Amino acid sequence: MRKKWLAIPYALWALIFSVIPILLIAIYSFCSRSPYGNIVYTFTWDNYRRFLEPIYLNVLWRSVVLAVQSTIICFLLGYPMALLIARSDIKKRSLMILLFILPLWTNFLLRTYAWMVLLRDQGVINQFLIALGIIEEPLKLLYTNGAVLLGMVYNFLPFMVLPIYAVLSKLDHSLIEAAEDLGATSLEVFMKVIFPLSIPGVISGTIMVFMPAVSTFIISDLLGGGQTILLGNLIQNQFLVARNWQFGSSISIIMISMILVCMAIMGRYREEGGELW
Amino acid sequence: MKKVVSWIGIFLLCIALTACGSGKTNEQGYYNRLNVYNWGDYIDPQVLADFEEEYGIKINYENYANNEEMLAKIQAGGTDYDVIFPSEYMVEAMITQGLLQELDMANLSNFKNIGDQFKDLPYDPGNKYSVPYFWGTMGIIYNTKLVDEEIDSWDALWNPKYSRSIVMIDSARDTIGITLKKLGYSLNTRSIEELEKAKAELIRQKELVKAYEVDAYKDMMIAGEAAMALAWSGDAMLLLEENPDLAYVIPKEGTNLWFDAMAIPTTSKHKREAELFIDYMMRPEVAAKCAAYVMYATANVEAMKLLPEELTEDELAYPKGNIFEKGEVFIDLGEFTTEYDRVWTEIKAY
Repeated sequence: MRKKWLAIPYALWALIFSVIPILLIAIYSFCSRSPYGNIVYTFTWDNYRRFLEPIYLNVLWRSVVLAVQSTIICFLLGYPMALLIARSDIKKRSLMILLFILPLWTNFLLRTYAWMVLLRDQGVINQFLIALGIIEEPLKLLYTNGAVLLGMVYNFLPFMVLPIYAVLSKLDHSLIEAAEDLGATSLEVFMKVIFPLSIPGVISGTIMVFMPAVSTFIISDLLGGGQTILLGNLIQNQFLVARNWQFGSSISIIMISMILVCMAIMGRYREEGGELW
Repeated sequence: MKKVVSWIGIFLLCIALTACGSGKTNEQGYYNRLNVYNWGDYIDPQVLADFEEEYGIKINYENYANNEEMLAKIQAGGTDYDVIFPSEYMVEAMITQGLLQELDMANLSNFKNIGDQFKDLPYDPGNKYSVPYFWGTMGIIYNTKLVDEEIDSWDALWNPKYSRSIVMIDSARDTIGITLKKLGYSLNTRSIEELEKAKAELIRQKELVKAYEVDAYKDMMIAGEAAMALAWSGDAMLLLEENPDLAYVIPKEGTNLWFDAMAIPTTSKHKREAELFIDYMMRPEVAAKCAAYVMYATANVEAMKLLPEELTEDELAYPKGNIFEKGEVFIDLGEFTTEYDRVWTEIKAY
């Protein structure tokens, strides 16, 4: 009986902030539209059919490519970091984690604006390079695809490092010793023991980076100069500018389904532990 | 199960209570709270403080970045906004949708201060629902150190010489609108063919564009990082003060002439206080303060007399003569708006 009581806040929370909103989005996505964009409750597939037009598929493709790229870079950068932190002794570890998390205490938007200051033509990086005489003309850094990718990697890297670190730090050290005793080289120990055991963390990290990366709109607006339109921008536009909540909802539902499918596929390879979400 | 229900009841009650807040009637007989929803950087904050002091009404002041965002918030409900500042085509759209309350002119004695040419415009005949606040144009702001020729046409924004140094406004109606003007069409066109031509122009321009922006371009222009940008007149006036190398021009093909108004949405439950605020905003000294602060052209002729002459005599800030010949006013396109959105998405996704 007690347990049921404890579950109520969670159930209410999930109901009010997850289940009902998603249901609303799902309903809107099948609704028609009045000339002024009001919701008309007659059933239609139009909002989904429209998404199959080449321009929107192109946007989807671009968003997925960017999200995959940033996830891969986060993994390549994040795994060694996580390993390094997990291998350090306990006292250093908490300091390293703290240093890693510290920037997260600043608002995400502010950190992205800070990158704008760094990357501008007259920004810190260009001025520094010019002062050193390495370049004469400022490099074009801001408002490029590279800047968007950088923004994603910078903002989402902690979501990759932390789950991997969580798994690695709990790793049973005797397994590594056993492998070493049996004559495995350090590369073999990593490839055959450490890495396979850390897969749950890698999967959690991958999902946690991929999800926000595929749906972001603020990074592409600020660092991409509005020149690259991603899935997130498309949805934001439908709701705020185009007065087309119906189409915005159908894109959201498509995105949610895509993420669910990815999670289901990855979930198959997932063993216990390592979940941070 | 009963308990569950009662808990849900308590939870909802808490939400309801916090939503109500602490509004009540003050000594002067006014409701003591007013929700004002305005564009960012579009008022002198001192004016709000003065109003609060004079009438004992606390103003809850919020900002939006574009008309559509404001409309979405009003339609969604939630906050009971009392005063909003929609642009002309949005006033029209909101009237059609029944989202604005009719104004009682008996409570708006300062309406007499508004210039005749700004009254009774097609978007709101007889000013039944709105009164004008600021007006202005769109043009090109450019850096004379980076641009060594005279600019008088929208074509400049398509000049390959300034590749990657041109900033456009990230707003479908505005950017497509001036492109239509460049091509000699109406910026309210409902012709798919004309719209497609504008699209081709903008796609051709895309590789020259440094960014599609709304606010950050101001910094870029001041710092000399961009050669030219599409800009609203008031922003341009502010920038000219910041950087003497900058110049502003209203291109010869014609431009967008716009008006921002004050109106009371149907979400407001305190029309009397809202009208009090609007009337206060139309006082000459208040309107002049705001005009001096945001640098847009005030529609209040009495306020203009209080402003420095070099500002009101400036042809760029306050175009003279028949302003309706220089620019075309946006009208709400209703259903056709989706075509503009489609074209804009195609340009951006190209």
